[in-house]
Amino acid sequence: MENKNDQLPLWEVFIQKGGSPFKHEGSIHASDKNMALQNARDIYTRRGEGRLIWVVPSSSIAATTVEEEAEFFDPADDKIYRHPTFYKMPEGAKNI
Amino acid sequence: MTEEEKLKRFNALIEQDEKIEPKDWMPDAYRKTVLRQMTQHAHSEVIGMQPEGNWVLRAPTLRAKKILLAKIQDEGGHGLYLYSAAETLGMDRSEMIQQLHEGKAKYSQIFNYPTLNWADIGAIGWLVDGAAIVNQVSLQRTSYGPYSRAMVRICKEESFHQRQGYEIMATMMNGTEAQKEMAQDAMNRWWWPSLMMFGPSDKDSWHTQESMQWKIKRASNDDLRQKFIDKTVDQAYVIGLTVPDKDLKFNETSKHWEIGAINWDEFWNVVKGNGLCNHKRIAHHIKYHNEGQWVRQAVLAYSEKINAMQSATSL
Repeated sequence: MENKNDQLPLWEVFIQKGGSPFKHEGSIHASDKNMALQNARDIYTRRGEGRLIWVVPSSSIAATTVEEEAEFFDPADDKIYRHPTFYKMPEGAKNI
Repeated sequence: MTEEEKLKRFNALIEQDEKIEPKDWMPDAYRKTVLRQMTQHAHSEVIGMQPEGNWVLRAPTLRAKKILLAKIQDEGGHGLYLYSAAETLGMDRSEMIQQLHEGKAKYSQIFNYPTLNWADIGAIGWLVDGAAIVNQVSLQRTSYGPYSRAMVRICKEESFHQRQGYEIMATMMNGTEAQKEMAQDAMNRWWWPSLMMFGPSDKDSWHTQESMQWKIKRASNDDLRQKFIDKTVDQAYVIGLTVPDKDLKFNETSKHWEIGAINWDEFWNVVKGNGLCNHKRIAHHIKYHNEGQWVRQAVLAYSEKINAMQSATSL
């Protein structure tokens, strides 16, 4: 069988709807960015799921890893004073 | 983390109904089972385009043709969502397709039946997609994150499929005697294979127990089948179709429809490759996959050339 590794490169698809942030919707295969945009449109927006699309080669995405998770996010773990509930408000104070 | 701690964390995630994500640690058997189920599901969507494609050029009206094309395009899209979800576990799509071509990966036995008359397109939408929806609604809660998200997306799109199929059946049951006969004929041929789509009875399904424990499957084959039967028998009655089962009866105590015996020999025979269309479906896929080879090569060569030109001008 002669179909070994004949898939086009992988791209990640991000779509924006309304005023929301771009959201990762999935991935597609395409040979270049124009084909990637068209394939993303055909696969992820057949029913008006958005009007702006970003495509990014999957190989260009840097990601955190599960192994490093604890260490990587550690700096935020002990800073509860970043949350509003940390602070004591005087008795009777309103609208704050 | 030791292997033991990893397993503990995995089990805790499952216990709390959290999703397992691609980079999370998971037992090998879990990875294998999810991958097998997702690729089988993806192949089913793609192979499922063939029996419907058989009627695109013979659809009775332009409206029917446009709807059928949109439905087939959806099935292709569903296959691609699922291939993407399967790729997150590290298997290359070429390998998935190769497994399909070599018969190592399965697809739903239902697509090995032929579509003989126009009512078959109605029966596929109503019964086959109807059965698929019952299964897929349950799988929206599957424990593997990418699979679950693909199911949510697919379920949103599937209900149009079932409704257009039921509309075809209802229209034909309102038509001439010949049209009614065609609709009943399609019902007779698709009813039992549709019930078989849920897989072997729970007592014979060796995958079920483990899959349920890991929440890959959220309901058993027999429970899902019963849900489909209860919905569909009433729908058949509404449009005047007869369910081809002389033992069918309503159990007043359980409030469920009880069916006669399913012919599991037929099921296993089709799964093993002896259905009417097994050979044709795979031969068709191999032919068009191989004939598309030059297109894939050409677009890659073109993109390399464009990239080279762009990096030359930016120097």
